[in-house]
Amino acid sequence: MAEQISPDLFNHLVELAALELSAEDAEYLRDQMNKQLKSIEELAAIPIPEGTPSAAHGVPFPSELRAPLRKDTQVQAPEAADIQVGAPQTSDGYFVVPEIPHQDLD
Amino acid sequence: MHLADLSAHQLAELIKKKEVSALEATEAALERVHAVDGDPGRLDGPADEVQKVHAFITVTDERARQQAKDIDARLAKGEVPGPLAGVPYTVKDIFAVKDVLTTAASRILSNFVAPYTATPVARMDAAGAVMLGKVNLDEFTYGSSTESTAYQPASRNPWNPAHVPGGSSGGSAAAVAAGEGALSLGTDTAGSIRQPAAFCGIVGMKPTYGRVSRYGLIAFGSSLDCPGPMARNVRDTALMLNAIAGPDPRDSTAAATPASDYTAALEEGVKGMRIGLSPDYDKITFFNAETGEIDSQPLPKEIADAVLRAADKLSDAGARIIENVPMPHTRYGIPAYFVISRVEAASNLHRFDGVKYGYRTALKPKDLRDLYRKTRAEGFGPQPKLRILMGMYVSAAQYSEQYYHRALQVRSLIRGDFDAAFDANGTHKLDALLTATTPTTAFPVGDIYGDSVLMQYADQLAVPANHAGVPAISLPAGLSGDKLPLGIQLVGPDFSEATLLRAARAYEATTESDAWRAERPQVLAGI
Repeated sequence: MAEQISPDLFNHLVELAALELSAEDAEYLRDQMNKQLKSIEELAAIPIPEGTPSAAHGVPFPSELRAPLRKDTQVQAPEAADIQVGAPQTSDGYFVVPEIPHQDLD
Repeated sequence: MHLADLSAHQLAELIKKKEVSALEATEAALERVHAVDGDPGRLDGPADEVQKVHAFITVTDERARQQAKDIDARLAKGEVPGPLAGVPYTVKDIFAVKDVLTTAASRILSNFVAPYTATPVARMDAAGAVMLGKVNLDEFTYGSSTESTAYQPASRNPWNPAHVPGGSSGGSAAAVAAGEGALSLGTDTAGSIRQPAAFCGIVGMKPTYGRVSRYGLIAFGSSLDCPGPMARNVRDTALMLNAIAGPDPRDSTAAATPASDYTAALEEGVKGMRIGLSPDYDKITFFNAETGEIDSQPLPKEIADAVLRAADKLSDAGARIIENVPMPHTRYGIPAYFVISRVEAASNLHRFDGVKYGYRTALKPKDLRDLYRKTRAEGFGPQPKLRILMGMYVSAAQYSEQYYHRALQVRSLIRGDFDAAFDANGTHKLDALLTATTPTTAFPVGDIYGDSVLMQYADQLAVPANHAGVPAISLPAGLSGDKLPLGIQLVGPDFSEATLLRAARAYEATTESDAWRAERPQVLAGI
């Protein structure tokens, strides 16, 4: 079977995933993806009866098992400064990032 | 017996009676850590240290001493500081603990000091347990051996440090087995509590999905992740589940029904219980990289025999063993998991971007997009990268029907196997299914690491319970010829933790005089 993830498709995924890879890492990861896909191919052969639902969770969540929705009230979060302590760069309560790239839409 | 080797319930009793202080128990556990653990895992640390356990990433010894002193002070005032008062335990480093380094074993969180505490940890605190520190795991929990941690040396198996402890809760299982704390808080997404418990000869329970809150757990597969207890015996497991289970307004997927007292019926035995054996759990099915085919082999004899021995013992204790229970979709657990877990992982990993917390590249990025790329390239190891890429591929619009939606339907079929087996009006009417936990004993370090497909298949007997959301417990069931632990598993219907623990305790009671119970892990020789 031909490789499903070609180098071009792989590079596209790397871009979407906001990653950069060395040539060596790219080769390893692309190879592993193709091996995993061969294993996943087994799914295609499973007879799935008509009307089988998609299960977002294994355990059903009837209303008696679910926590009721919270009231929609405003609650002051703890000091923002405590949360921002771990941020790489902040200024006056804002997160600081490099320039945001702009793209002109057609 | 050394204080570090006492069970949690024995220790709690001695502390409550003031025969031992919480501080003495903590010091004994820290002394054990000092004796067996070696260097904690660290970024760019050596991968080839093999003599020690290396369970820890962060030892919080001063915090532990302070917690213990507080317990002792409350006891001195006549207060009862909780059912686990003074019991030392460890936390898999995937749970946020306020003011403590919380790394997920990844460089991308290597400087992350959590601003809040996860609910299961807060509940252990409230029960009086003393946290010794944060223990190692596969990076973001992505693995079955703990080898993928960015914090090296990775944890080793206390029974033979040349072998892996399993994973991803490998540090947790290794710590408990070596007496570095009586308990550990782990997580199980595809067997990550049960498989290392089996590899290290301890008890590990994956509760029903939603029984234990995920608030403060760094997410992997949000529809699969279950925090749960790891301990050296069944009573300790039940006590820890008592502490951590229950509704939580901070996690909307936590079940709203109250938890039971899991110790109440622990000694009531298995008389009348219906325990099933399934031929679909008697074999291992794996992807053969050389032929590209799916091969199937019976379980190794030592493991199959351990399951049959357990069935005999449970039968002698009064359970009815029901053979030939069909679980026909078991073998699809791994392929479906490959899809569902990767989609959820990719989604959950997008938040790590070098902006709000955690690691940021030291290079000068040209714009925000470049910052994301460089930070994530440097911060994530190969396993998270692989899961992100795979998750994005199988959920892409043009492939999601073929892969993701199909996998979710297969999850329904797997759930259907359990529903039929446990149906009170069905053919088998099981209270629990008895299986092996793992298809092998602990494998040697380096044997499988790097082959993401083979590594995933280490979870194939455990993962169906995650797809179905049902509870499952792994129990020690003897030692192999080369002195590595064997594990068996009991799986039950939703919210049947009390019944599973009762059956587990009955099995444990029948094996208490077995010769293997007297054996100790290799790293404890001379201690």
